[in-house]
Amino acid sequence: MKSGSLGSYIARRLLQTIPVILGVVIVNFLLLQLAPGDLATVLAGEAGGAPKEYIDQLRARFGQDKPIYVQLFHYMKNLLVLDLGFSFRQSAPVLDLLLKRLWPTLLLMGATLVISLGLGILMGLLAALWVRTWKDHVISVAAIIVYATPLFWVGLMLVLVFSIWLDWFPTSGMENVVAFHEGWNRVVDIAHHLVLPTLTLSLFYLALYARLMRASMLEQRGLDYVTTARAKGQSDRKITTRHVFRNALLPVVTMAGVQTGGLLGGSVVVESIFAWPGLGQLAFQSLFARDYNLLLGIFFMSAVLVVIVNLIVDIIYVFLDPRIRIG
Amino acid sequence: MKTFWSRFLGNPRVYLGLIWLGLLLFVAIAANILAPTDPFAIVGKPMAAPGGEFLLGTDSLGRNVLAGLIHGSRATILIAVLATLVAVAFGTFVGAVAGYYGGLIDDVLMRFTEFFQTIPSFLFAIVLIAILSPSALNLVVAIATVSWPPIARVVRGEVLTVKSREFVQAAVVAGQGDAAILLKQVLPNTLSPLIVTGSLLIATAILTESALSFLGLGAPNLMSWGFMIGAGRSFMREAWWLITVPGIAILLTVLAINLVGEGLNDALNPRLADL
Repeated sequence: MKSGSLGSYIARRLLQTIPVILGVVIVNFLLLQLAPGDLATVLAGEAGGAPKEYIDQLRARFGQDKPIYVQLFHYMKNLLVLDLGFSFRQSAPVLDLLLKRLWPTLLLMGATLVISLGLGILMGLLAALWVRTWKDHVISVAAIIVYATPLFWVGLMLVLVFSIWLDWFPTSGMENVVAFHEGWNRVVDIAHHLVLPTLTLSLFYLALYARLMRASMLEQRGLDYVTTARAKGQSDRKITTRHVFRNALLPVVTMAGVQTGGLLGGSVVVESIFAWPGLGQLAFQSLFARDYNLLLGIFFMSAVLVVIVNLIVDIIYVFLDPRIRIG
Repeated sequence: MKTFWSRFLGNPRVYLGLIWLGLLLFVAIAANILAPTDPFAIVGKPMAAPGGEFLLGTDSLGRNVLAGLIHGSRATILIAVLATLVAVAFGTFVGAVAGYYGGLIDDVLMRFTEFFQTIPSFLFAIVLIAILSPSALNLVVAIATVSWPPIARVVRGEVLTVKSREFVQAAVVAGQGDAAILLKQVLPNTLSPLIVTGSLLIATAILTESALSFLGLGAPNLMSWGFMIGAGRSFMREAWWLITVPGIAILLTVLAINLVGEGLNDALNPRLADL
């Protein structure tokens, strides 16, 4: 593969993301129009009521007296320079609030990705190797049950058992702020807080990847190239590790990319249970404060994040599977 | 060659699933007879442990947990089934039109579908409810809005394979209109994957509805399982049953639907069953 062709592939994929982002912007704008009470009336209400002239004046200041397509154009222009508006509840620009909350969410998502993919692939592999034995049945039944368990309930049960009854892990937060840990101690402290939220978010995906990996392994094992390899006299172990395992990984990688959006949605629930100071908790707070600017900013940011992750997965895919023509 | 019914009912997992779903359906229909008092009514002292006067105890306000569970089955199932029906209707329409007409229409509709698959769906449902305000109707709208894309893709794929078959061409030659061909010739032949996808979608809808209700975005005045867990959350140190019992109900229901849905899939596509 020439580096030039990879470059143009990435450029082409980047172009394809534009309609999606544009779509999210338009959806965001329409939702803002649908939201009960515009900014001017909200602000006037906060101040304990205001005369109509004052509200009109506010509307003019925010550009809300202009025709709707002018407002949409204005909104798009603002987003282009990453001006996501102002959160009047938190008295801060939305972008600043988002950037502050982005890292905890990325940490949670990264840890979840590693655990769910690592263990999921391992469990699926083992179940496929032990197919139709009791070990396979145990793994498969456990996966089916976990797959049907609501995420928020897993979180609450883990808190009940491991925080309240056993007192092994903290119930909430990302670090012990009063302890003022520094350096390595702080890392250990955050990791200790990270265990339960990660486990909660991982379990569902772990089950999903395990089931997919098992099915994918069994499917690959029946294909012609395995017969060829066996006819060449390769050992079973080599066939499994060299050929079947690698090919079976592909659908799992695809699925992991597809699930990014789900992971972000799940993090709203998990972060609100564990008071994890990320984007999800911010979304939960903005929801009840009726802070629509902030809520839609989070939605926009999440959609952009999903698009970026999908882009990265597609690029990884080209390296994993040279058969994919990118020219 | 075994028949569909013998393959479907010969599967023990399907049996277990059907038993639970049958029981649930009975409870949901007979909710007013089984638990005549309003589930929001205060009937005893708060946080009575299970096994006493009330089989599953009472919550922080003294409401009967069992009555909540019984009436909650109604709200949860009703909203999930309605949302799935709306999603199936809309998804079938989009998928059928895209697959049948092809070309530019197909391109536009599929980009539209992909867009809805790309955006974070649960977050989108939250945003929709927050802006439309929480109500049973808006829950149905929000859940349907985020769950139709898989249906559209499945139907489109099926329509693409069916439309080139001879009986469809015969209908074209016979002068049938597009709508008649789609409804009478093409769509009936896409039913089996549609039923499988649709039945699994109910499970997802229940999980989404519960999560939304748990976050406090459920329909007010409707007792639902997710709401019960959300309300019991602050008291789990003292009353573990408040969050445990409704959670098990959700888990068993989703599990039962998945088992039946997968059983349907195996019975309708017998070649894949051994995989």
